[in-house]
Amino acid sequence: MMTELFVDAARVARKDLLIEWRTRVTINQVIPLGLLIEVVFAFAFDANRSLLEQGAPGLFWVGVLFAGTLVVQRSFTVEGPDGITDALRLSGFRPGAMFLGKAAAIFVELVVLEVALLVGVVVLFDVGLSDPLLLVATTVIGTAGFALTGAIYGALSLGVRVRETLLPLLLIPVVAPILLGGSRALEAAFGISTQPGWNWVGLLTVITGVYAAIGLVAFGPLMEES
Amino acid sequence: MSGATDRGDSRHLMTSSVATRILGWVGLAAMAVMALLGLVVSPRDRIQGEAVRLLYIHVPTIWVAYGSFVLTAVASALYLWRGSSREDRGRHYDRIAGAAGEVAVLFLALTLVTGMLWGRITWGVFWQWDARLTTTALMFVSYLGYLAIRNMPADIEARSKRAAIAALLAAVNIPIVHFSVEWWRTLHQKASIRSDRNSEITGDMFATLMFSLLAFTLVAAWLMIHRYRLVRLEEIREEEGLALAVSARRAEGVNA
Amino acid sequence: MRVAAAGVDRLRGFMAPVIDFEDTVVLLGRFPALAGLTMSVDPGHIVLLRGSNGAGKTTFLRTCAGLLPVSQGRARVLGFDMTVSRREVRPHIGLLGHGSQLYDDLTVADNLAFWGGAVGADSADQRAALEAMEVSPRLWNISVQKLSAGQRRRVAIAVLVARRPRLWLLDEPHAGLDRRGRDLLDGLLGAAAAAGATVVFASHELDRAEVVADTVVDIGGGRTLAATSLPRGTAGEGTGPDDD
Repeated sequence: MMTELFVDAARVARKDLLIEWRTRVTINQVIPLGLLIEVVFAFAFDANRSLLEQGAPGLFWVGVLFAGTLVVQRSFTVEGPDGITDALRLSGFRPGAMFLGKAAAIFVELVVLEVALLVGVVVLFDVGLSDPLLLVATTVIGTAGFALTGAIYGALSLGVRVRETLLPLLLIPVVAPILLGGSRALEAAFGISTQPGWNWVGLLTVITGVYAAIGLVAFGPLMEES
Repeated sequence: MSGATDRGDSRHLMTSSVATRILGWVGLAAMAVMALLGLVVSPRDRIQGEAVRLLYIHVPTIWVAYGSFVLTAVASALYLWRGSSREDRGRHYDRIAGAAGEVAVLFLALTLVTGMLWGRITWGVFWQWDARLTTTALMFVSYLGYLAIRNMPADIEARSKRAAIAALLAAVNIPIVHFSVEWWRTLHQKASIRSDRNSEITGDMFATLMFSLLAFTLVAAWLMIHRYRLVRLEEIREEEGLALAVSARRAEGVNA
Repeated sequence: MRVAAAGVDRLRGFMAPVIDFEDTVVLLGRFPALAGLTMSVDPGHIVLLRGSNGAGKTTFLRTCAGLLPVSQGRARVLGFDMTVSRREVRPHIGLLGHGSQLYDDLTVADNLAFWGGAVGADSADQRAALEAMEVSPRLWNISVQKLSAGQRRRVAIAVLVARRPRLWLLDEPHAGLDRRGRDLLDGLLGAAAAAGATVVFASHELDRAEVVADTVVDIGGGRTLAATSLPRGTAGEGTGPDDD
């Protein structure tokens, strides 16, 4: 029963990643956009080195949030056509498997995006790395939380004609705590702040757990009708 | 299908009843008394001066807004868990959730506006990145999203179900946002200015605050009941239209 | 309604019907697309739905698939009560709709693997299904986007074949297919019915469809207007009505 769930989730994730691999939307469009966001912030702050270094962790997460919203958007655009939405409902995949599968694929794409953004932040904003383990833990757990939340809200706006505008409105306030926690933890990881960073990783873990549980329960009703 | 026949028997139904008419007048009178108490009778505060009068709107509206959010969350949960077993398929719960959500957003907007004015006078700035303010602002945006889902064009049951889930998600999110923002401020700034400073409200000021809470509660109740009834009337109209629509639809087949 | 009832009765066999609708009302928004439809279909039959545009054929098929809620009346499909729960029936349904049911960005083989894998069809089943629709192996690794409309249709049908549904619901299945494709489809439907599956399809190409079907149901205004048995279709085996 349990393994079946994960096998099906893997099928869904594999399908989404295959689509990404064939179309390269994240690689060719979303990642450059994320980097562009960082550059535009440098313009806005008049390329003030110390300001940018101080703000680097936050700017990194802002880039992840906005570019990541597009990743979520894209993940549900491929399920948008009527025939596909119907076929998914008839497919025999359990909603929980679809939820975990979609979230897993979003997670993988976000990690690729984040690697590019991290390199961008290090190069553009001149930050150093003092705690690599904290960096990895923060981004992995924060990203998992974002991917799970994104999958829930992506399904919530599936089949809605105004999805392009509805999804960011719903998603961004909800992932604000991830931005907050992720930024503070990265400040510690970059050695910008002396505050403890691991507490924030704890908060991110709680958020991730809560949204994983909610998604497993809520995804069925969400996929049910459009 | 013409508009007139579509309306059918619902035409004589209204959103008001004797009880709510009385409630409306009492609420209106209470608002007038509250204005008198708040602006004239109650004294100016020793520290905050005249700005304290804003709190007679600010504090009750946030209480009413929070209460309404709780109502939205509870009604949404009841809709999801109990709705399908009820004869009305949970429409009752859905209408309560929607009416409460709309009133909550309205009152929260009042809270934010009066809070910013109060902050400008007391702190010298419109906005403080303090935990309560930030949480409230994010909450406001989340519930705007909730109302957006309620108003999207879709099948009524599908829309209600999604709205109910969105309401519960927003409710779950309140403590998460609050906790993270609170933690963020305490770790990164010298103790920020807290609204605890007005805890010395006593006497006439306390009485005024309590009275305005009553007044705003009455107005909120009146608004909610009317929103509920209006939505119900719309639904009744649709159902009455259904019988006609079915026979019109059947006639299509005969003529074909 | 009398005519309809009499016709429907003739459809009833001794087995439990696969589709059993009684005064079923289905709403699309506020519009009653099915306005009290009554119909019963026994296993092994191939039923042609006939009716003008907007008669309710597509809504009927989607309701049978468990995709639309039943507002009034009774509805059972494959023994599942559609008014209470319409989820369980879905994996047993093969629905061919108007829209594309394939991921455009994936290859033919990827699509087969994804949709077939969901119900446990292995790669041999998938290959057999593609071969049954004579989808040339050189197309298997080409993305669906690059196929012609007719080729896509064949692949979509192959997906259904691989999933081995107990109830086939097809909306204008012949549209877009060439002559050979239509022959293949008709053969598949006949074979499915012979193996005990049930087929319901909507079509406007009556000369074609009436060869395959063993029963014709006329739909209009969201209701059943008449049901007529045809002389045994070319491929239909099963329990053809015996009163003609």
